[in-house]
Amino acid sequence: MSTPPKSWDMPVFAALVGLAIAGPLFVYPVFLMQVLCFALFACAFNLLVGYVGLLSFGHAMFFGFAAYIAGHLAKVGTVALPVWLPTMGKAWLTIPLSPLTPEIAILAGTLVSALLGLIVGVIAIRRQGIYFAMVTLALAQMVFFLCLQAPFTHGEDGIQAIPRAPMLGAFDVRNDFIFYYVVLAIFCAGFLLIYRTIHSPFGQVLKAIRENEARAVSLGYAVDRFKLIAFVLSATLAGLAGATKALVFQLASLTDVAWQMSGEVVLMTLVGGLGTVFGPIVGAAVILAMQTYLASFGEWVLVIQGTIFVVTVLLFRRGIVGELQGLAGRLEAKLASHSTSGAHRGPAE
Amino acid sequence: MRWSLKAWAAAAAVTAGAGIALADYTDGVIKIGVLNDQSGIYSDVTGPGSVWAARKAVEDYCKANTCDGKIEVVFADHQNKPDVGSNIARQWYDVDKVDAIVDVPTSSVALAINTLTREKNKVFLNSGAATSDLTGKDCSPNTVHWTYDTWALANGTGNAIVQTGGKSWFFITADYAFGYALERDTAAVVEKAGGKVVGSVRHPFPGQDFSSFLLQAQQSKAQIIGLANAGGDTINSIKQAAEFGIVQGGQNLAGLLVFITDVHALGLQTAQGLIFTESWYWDLNDVNRAFAKEFAAANKGHMPTMVQAGVYSAVFHYLKAVHALKSDADGAAVVAKMKEMPTDDRLFGKGTIRQDGRKLHPMYLFEVKKPSESKGPWDYYKLRATIPTEEAFRPLAEGGCPLVK
Repeated sequence: MSTPPKSWDMPVFAALVGLAIAGPLFVYPVFLMQVLCFALFACAFNLLVGYVGLLSFGHAMFFGFAAYIAGHLAKVGTVALPVWLPTMGKAWLTIPLSPLTPEIAILAGTLVSALLGLIVGVIAIRRQGIYFAMVTLALAQMVFFLCLQAPFTHGEDGIQAIPRAPMLGAFDVRNDFIFYYVVLAIFCAGFLLIYRTIHSPFGQVLKAIRENEARAVSLGYAVDRFKLIAFVLSATLAGLAGATKALVFQLASLTDVAWQMSGEVVLMTLVGGLGTVFGPIVGAAVILAMQTYLASFGEWVLVIQGTIFVVTVLLFRRGIVGELQGLAGRLEAKLASHSTSGAHRGPAE
Repeated sequence: MRWSLKAWAAAAAVTAGAGIALADYTDGVIKIGVLNDQSGIYSDVTGPGSVWAARKAVEDYCKANTCDGKIEVVFADHQNKPDVGSNIARQWYDVDKVDAIVDVPTSSVALAINTLTREKNKVFLNSGAATSDLTGKDCSPNTVHWTYDTWALANGTGNAIVQTGGKSWFFITADYAFGYALERDTAAVVEKAGGKVVGSVRHPFPGQDFSSFLLQAQQSKAQIIGLANAGGDTINSIKQAAEFGIVQGGQNLAGLLVFITDVHALGLQTAQGLIFTESWYWDLNDVNRAFAKEFAAANKGHMPTMVQAGVYSAVFHYLKAVHALKSDADGAAVVAKMKEMPTDDRLFGKGTIRQDGRKLHPMYLFEVKKPSESKGPWDYYKLRATIPTEEAFRPLAEGGCPLVK
């Protein structure tokens, strides 16, 4: 990649944002908000698996836990932490707070997710491949169990009726139309951060680690530190997505933190295109549209999803966006037949 | 690109305003959404049978009265998950212009729908969910709780069992809102009647393996093991209790919420002698039998449960109120009208709806027949006692409903 091919990423992004701005005129805004939250979640996941080559199978823990934190802070506020004292045994350390505004609740959920990402990351990045996936899965199950048992999550009921107080003191986000544009802004901020990261020198190092970790080490990069930073960043953005989703649906439940959610985000990323900039967005939109508009088929949606997954893996290994990029690349190459560049934008597999 | 972005934004802002104004308009259709479990552990109790009952109520109402315009019944599967249920309900209210949601078993989902319905000012006719909080601390001017609740179950079954000598209790409780409410209400009844609760354990919902919970119950040496769960969970815990020989060991099971479909699934051999409370049984009178016959013909030969019968009655009364008002737009006004008019339908007879949303009618204490006593298919219950309307439900003042002044 001595001369990087002309990038269409930003024009495409601008067109997508244009579509998104007009979106609620034609499509139910709550559905679009759901797509945006999951698209951000999938983009955060893609940052890790597509650009560092670390397949996390526990990303639901960041998504779901942040949802619980944001939901709790927006609804109740007061934080009670169990502490074990040597003389008194178990006691509760209570920080009395009034319910927080949505923006602070989302921010707090995101921060807690970052912290959780740091703890999980330190443990998990010591291993690669399937072992990394298993470590993240195991830790995610621990977080799931915590969410099932901790009193503030209300078990199967979840945190219900999370209020949407005015945001920044001005926006009445009880109106779905107004909240939609807030969610769109959050998504764009998250997306641009990811885009900036993967196109920075830092991102180049991440890709180097993905391609050949041993060589990156031999070049003098502190590989573990890079991986940890990428992991924390991914966890943080997954948390941002989860916290936002909790306020969109005014509900944080076990579904968000269960292992199926970790699987769903893998599915979205693979269907859309692993390691492509827009793949996760397309994947999230496709999967959620299926779940929503095919809901009348009941449990059969899972079978349909499974079939699409198998077909994707067998026939379109690069996912929807990956295949489209490949096609565009071939066309470009044909048009400028003397040029040899353009065939490779983004990783092939 | 920049120009078109601005244009889009302007168009978006203008039409968004128009969209909000349009949402007030009712679309000329009375649309009723049946939201329940279509495929999981509560699908026999509610499921497609409830959809049939709602359609039947519309048909019967329109046969006896003139119906204004079109009445439509839609349904969806909430998979017993609050997030799935509230997603569907939100979409129904916002996009599909559903005016009332009926049934909604699974208390955790029902509580979510309760909040959402109030926020959107629609109508929630609950038949399937049990938690007495729906007419207690979470009561809403947009909700009617029709068929039964945890307080009524506890009051009927708990009292009856303590009176026959079951003084010490151990609870096996489904780990969500319904289980907590049922355990809480039953424990209160037991203690008031002079019994005591020696312990309890919570099982995941829905559960498959009850062995460790049953062993804890066995070790507690309590006379009565109270099953604060429902549907498939109750069936599994009773079956597995039989495998552990719990009843032969001298302890008794109390199914706190048992439906006729559960008894059918267990078989009389296993279920015989169980005592529980219900608000409706198909074989109580001729009218019920006639309804059950039609129901069975359309639903694989199953008899209707009390929840399905409740869906029928609730929809019937809702249609009366809507037609009296000539409008379905204001949910709170429709529910206020439902409370104002006395209820009268062929399955639940005459009754009233209280200020807190509680529908009042008698409850019945049943005992499951011995196989030798049963005269035919679905002949399962012996009526032990009728609990009169005044005593069947929690007194208005004790619920803590903020609507009651």
